[in-house]
Amino acid sequence: MMHLLPVYPVAGLILWAAVSITLHRYPLAQMAVTALALLSAWAVSLILLYTATFSGPIVLLVGNWPAPFGITFVADRLSGLMTVTALTVSLCVWLYAAFSTAREATGQGFYPAMLAMIGGVCGAFLTGDLFNLYVWFEVLLMGSFVLIALGGGRKQLEGALKYVSVNLVSSALFLAGAGILYGALGTLNMADLAVKMHLQGMPMLSSAVAALFLCAFGIKAALFPFFFWLPAAYHTPPAAVNALFGALMTKVGVVAMIRVFTLIFNHETEVTHTLLLILAGVTIAVGALGAYGQWEIRRIFSFSIIGQIGYIIMGLALNTPLALAGALFFMIHNMIVKTALLLTGGIAGKLMGTEDIRRCGGLYVGRPLLAYAYLLCALSLAGVPPLSGFFGKLALIRAGFDAGAWAVTAVAVAASFLSLGYGMKVWMYAFWGPLPAGIPDTAPGMRSPSVESSARGMIWAVAALIGLMLLLSVGAGPLMRFCLATAEGLLDPREYLQAVLGQGGGALK
Amino acid sequence: MNSVILRTGTVYLRPLLLIFSVFLLLGGHNQPGGGFTGGLVAGLAFVLEALAFGLDQARRTLRVHPLTLVGCGLLLSAMSAFFSTLLGKPFMTGTWWVWHVPGWGELAVGTPFFFDLGVYFDVLGVTCLIIFSLLNAGEAEGKT
Amino acid sequence: MEFGFAIAIGGLYAAGFYMMLRRNIVKFILGLSLLGHGANLLIFTAAGLTRANAPLTAGGSGTVMADPVPQALILTAIVIGFGVTAYMLVLGGRVSQLSQADDVDALRESERGAE
Repeated sequence: MMHLLPVYPVAGLILWAAVSITLHRYPLAQMAVTALALLSAWAVSLILLYTATFSGPIVLLVGNWPAPFGITFVADRLSGLMTVTALTVSLCVWLYAAFSTAREATGQGFYPAMLAMIGGVCGAFLTGDLFNLYVWFEVLLMGSFVLIALGGGRKQLEGALKYVSVNLVSSALFLAGAGILYGALGTLNMADLAVKMHLQGMPMLSSAVAALFLCAFGIKAALFPFFFWLPAAYHTPPAAVNALFGALMTKVGVVAMIRVFTLIFNHETEVTHTLLLILAGVTIAVGALGAYGQWEIRRIFSFSIIGQIGYIIMGLALNTPLALAGALFFMIHNMIVKTALLLTGGIAGKLMGTEDIRRCGGLYVGRPLLAYAYLLCALSLAGVPPLSGFFGKLALIRAGFDAGAWAVTAVAVAASFLSLGYGMKVWMYAFWGPLPAGIPDTAPGMRSPSVESSARGMIWAVAALIGLMLLLSVGAGPLMRFCLATAEGLLDPREYLQAVLGQGGGALK
Repeated sequence: MNSVILRTGTVYLRPLLLIFSVFLLLGGHNQPGGGFTGGLVAGLAFVLEALAFGLDQARRTLRVHPLTLVGCGLLLSAMSAFFSTLLGKPFMTGTWWVWHVPGWGELAVGTPFFFDLGVYFDVLGVTCLIIFSLLNAGEAEGKT
Repeated sequence: MEFGFAIAIGGLYAAGFYMMLRRNIVKFILGLSLLGHGANLLIFTAAGLTRANAPLTAGGSGTVMADPVPQALILTAIVIGFGVTAYMLVLGGRVSQLSQADDVDALRESERGAE
């Protein structure tokens, strides 16, 4: 029974998505089915994480085909942790969407597409097979394609077209990489690939294939030269979709990168990881500077996703346990805080009728709760000490100094100040500063009753995320220890290999 | 489109395409074919109908909304994948039932067939959904 | 044999990228699907071109069987490519309808900042 569990957050969610498509005439039933599906998958993912932590990775052989031949699903610490975080954030987004879409009728496709996308995300986290990873990427992309285009006007569909086409190029590159890897090593199972790569190696080809994967996952993760699609597309759909994308989509690319570059392409680190480090540094700088130049709340925080991806990749590139642990901690923190910020932006935009902060103001007077929620999240995102963002950045910067990567570390520190800067820019304009002349007031009761009640409901989703963020801040010590153990497991994957391949995995090292 | 040849051809082609799609679906286990190709060929029947007799006629012939087809197909596939877990076997293990049909021989029906059947409906639904919305956009453009 | 395939793959990639650099939306989508075909052919070639019988069927022992994995991969990729291309066509159609243009240079709406 235990061995069945890794497949539930994947195939189970897709089964529920099918149920919810069939109910496309009954939006309320769809909403309920989605909640049920997410809650059950969340519970299963907690069990997975618990078991993976205390009794080693759980391996599921699909169709009972033994490991290198069939498809495997592996729930180890990394995939367990990511699945739990992804589903937790998704539940909060569901809460937000339940209060907003029921009134605005974003369309009957929202919940099935959301479920399919989250199922695909969990599949990408849990799979142990490179080609299967491609399939889950496509599943989650299909869900996201529907979400990003849903009920949109010209602006949104244009963003969607850019998003879809860039992601398709990335898929084609991924496919080519997987094909070459199979041709050279004769397997696509990630554990088997790791062993064969170690034993046979791929002279000449290894760096080229690594570069293909770097491009493929880099596009998905919005890494430096490939980030242009993100600012063009992410802010166009409604806030719930924007938050879901900000929390999950780029992180899937990052996790795939962490998997591939710790497990398979870890032999020519002076080429691959140096390249990653340079790209990470530039990404951090570009993300922070780009975010500083924007004027709409959700555009600012969508752009800043790029910078934070840079921090995570910096952890991967430094390739030490502390750096990887910092990257994992930072990723979890960022998924939660970024979702909260994007949702806050959505609520503020709904109340003000615009998200352009030059035309907002005085939100603090009428909505102190929303203002404090925003302030907490923005400070945490910038990494102000008692809050969760500080610990991840501290570990990363410490690891950067230890490795002697001065330039990247300096950029990372400077970008932190910039992120405080754009966080405060929104605070000064939209919340603290006075309302510009000639703009209608938004004190409670001034808007239509439906906007009021939906905003009151949606703030609960933000409150839940802030609770999680505070929990991360208070429990930073234990979580950091857990991330450290996960990072050590990633850098020395014997346990993972043995769990998947049986005794054959012991051949490594 | 208003062409006598296309309309007359469609009347004869439609049943042939549907029968051929079922043939592909059933033969697909050991021979070329399967749910995907079968579903595409079945989708072709409806596309042809939409081209020859108009979108509304094709929608009426399909009777159900394409989304419902997609949902049911997905459900069937997913349930056939989970079925083996009820018997205590790993996820997606094929389970087969064999009957002796008098005058024909052995008839084997297994969960892979239901998976394929689900794929068939999925592909049919998706094809119709996409082609119908393309035709819909084309018709709207033609009117303005 | 491999050489011919390599030329074909290179040709597909070149044509795909060339089409993607055109400004017309439909040509762009065609380019994307050419790129997908190039990747499929690449998998097929990289996994080795052998003359062999169909795998996993009752062929008796001693016969050379083809490797089923690349075929399964390509089949999956083709199916996914089909769905995605169809979706792209619908999306591209809607976009060009809304923006009254089929030129990608006209699609600047989503990048324009609020003024």
